[in-house]
Amino acid sequence: MSIAFSNVRRRGAEIPNKLEMTMMGRLARWETLLVCVVALVFFLNTIASPYFLDVWNLSDATYNFIEKAIIAFAVALVIISGEIDLSVAANIALSSTIMGAVATAGYDTPIIVGAGLLTSLACGAFNGFLVAKVGLHSIIVTIATMSLFRGISYIILGDTVYKNYPDSFAWFGQGYLFDAFTVEMAFFIVIAVFFWMLLHKTVFGRQVYVIGNNKTCAAFSGIKVQRVKFSLFLLSGLASGVAAVLLTSRLGSTRPSIALGWELEVVTMVVLGGVSILGGSGTILGVILASVLMGLVTFGLGLLNVPGIVMTIFTGCLLIAVIVLPRITKLIMSHSKKTK
Amino acid sequence: MLNSILKKREYLLAAIILTMIIAISFRSPSFLQLPNMLATLNDTSILMMLACAQMFVILTRCIDLSVGANIALTGMVVAMLNSASPELPVVVLVVIALGLGLILGAINGFFVWKFDIPPIVVTLGTMAIYRGLVFVLADGSWINAHQMSESFLGFPRANIFGVQLLTWCGLLVVAGMYALSRYSRLGRQFYAIGDNPNAAVYMGISVGKVKFKAFCLSGMIAGLCGYFWVSRYAVAYVDIAAGFELQTVAACVIGGVSIAGAIGNIGGAILGALFLGVVNNALPVIDISPFWQMSISGTVIILAVVFNAQSERKTGRTILKLKGTEA
Repeated sequence: MSIAFSNVRRRGAEIPNKLEMTMMGRLARWETLLVCVVALVFFLNTIASPYFLDVWNLSDATYNFIEKAIIAFAVALVIISGEIDLSVAANIALSSTIMGAVATAGYDTPIIVGAGLLTSLACGAFNGFLVAKVGLHSIIVTIATMSLFRGISYIILGDTVYKNYPDSFAWFGQGYLFDAFTVEMAFFIVIAVFFWMLLHKTVFGRQVYVIGNNKTCAAFSGIKVQRVKFSLFLLSGLASGVAAVLLTSRLGSTRPSIALGWELEVVTMVVLGGVSILGGSGTILGVILASVLMGLVTFGLGLLNVPGIVMTIFTGCLLIAVIVLPRITKLIMSHSKKTK
Repeated sequence: MLNSILKKREYLLAAIILTMIIAISFRSPSFLQLPNMLATLNDTSILMMLACAQMFVILTRCIDLSVGANIALTGMVVAMLNSASPELPVVVLVVIALGLGLILGAINGFFVWKFDIPPIVVTLGTMAIYRGLVFVLADGSWINAHQMSESFLGFPRANIFGVQLLTWCGLLVVAGMYALSRYSRLGRQFYAIGDNPNAAVYMGISVGKVKFKAFCLSGMIAGLCGYFWVSRYAVAYVDIAAGFELQTVAACVIGGVSIAGAIGNIGGAILGALFLGVVNNALPVIDISPFWQMSISGTVIILAVVFNAQSERKTGRTILKLKGTEA
């Protein structure tokens, strides 16, 4: 493990090592910055719209990001390991379609959910097989399966819609545990804690970092790289399945175009959360903060009557800006050092 | 030896396409007739041009996912200009489309060059931005055929020697790309930096700048196709060419272009585009719902990548052998 540590340390402060941290280092952390931005956006929202500060309103606001955030956790792990999964949204479409078919066949909620999760697991396994076992590039594999999964959904549904979900199925996406605390929030918290434990407190999590930093080194340290990658794609498949259950239950209907373009928002969340797109660094806390931030921003814009497609402009700019800004600051810092 | 494998692969692909055409013509004999073949070629021209441009981007180990959105944005701008002032000659509009596409591509290239951001992230972002801009620009409305001028709509349909101008244009662009890839310094640089960026730097090639040029080229062709798309289908709205970027990547991959860079040639990309074009045109003829199209292209991409991986593995790591001087 000592090899792994020295290797991990190379990439900078985002990795939760037990390194001594100075006060400045703590302040300069990406997560700290995110907290400040979240607070600022929250403040701006309360000024911009008088309807924002309402418990029920805020509870509604969480629907904006929870389903995407659940996928983002799994995709964060995939990206930290140096791969990418762009097929998550298509995975949602396919498992939602299967759930719709099962529901239309007259089965009850547990079987519907089981079928959805199994479908998404199978999709994840398919990606994992192609990337880890066959050894193909994850970008091209998941672009292809993105088209394949949603394509199957189009073959099954065409221009029709499934909406015969039983009443009990609505509990996942529309239910409340108590007061304004939704069932989705409970899912979010449980899954966030699960991924935090998995990435930061287990051997598996350390292995993901090592693989992302140096695949060859990981293999020589005795890590079964292929097996870890395969499980990561399984995980991101399963997370898409959970998101599919929540989303389908919330909407109460399935069309093949469900969750179209979510892969962009999920990747944006992950990168905004401080995960390096090149792999090897990033934290779950960052992804949580980034998802809350994006949820607040889109909800705030929604209250101001900004149409959805204009928000995608914002998402796109955010994605690029988040990666460009640190590089610009680094450039300026190094430049000022040189002039001194 | 290597060259012969690449050659064989293209022969194989051409044979598959021919078999497909013959098999389909058993089902419906009219498919094989010349007018229908020309129509298929005409339909595929846009994809052929874009696949070749995408190939150069992929050769440099990048990917351009913003072509579809680029088409939509330039198409919308050109259509709006035309409906606002119909007296503007089409040639001017084509030049504007080329220029605007070039700028949009240059934005992608700039971020890849100057900030070293992974191209997939940049183009995923600009894909959303460009498409959002179409909505903002047109306020969500459509521009229909009756708002476009006669010459605007007629230009790609002009008949020269029995073949539409769009097809001629496609062939011309493809020929230009072929010359670029084989006989120009820039074309060889695309291969060189994809094959081994470090070696390319030692040779005095600016890797970032060449990538920038690849994105400019891809953007410029996408801009041209933006005009053709809008005038050919006689409508401009937010969602035109949605998902088309995947088709261009698919055409490249089917044609044997390696996603890891440096492998591939124009012939392969064109055959890949023709393959998809024949499949798309054949589906309605043999009574298969067009909803199948998406999953078919997905499956074909996977099969092609698996096939590519196998043939690449055999040949080892250094792939491209230049004639004369070796990189």
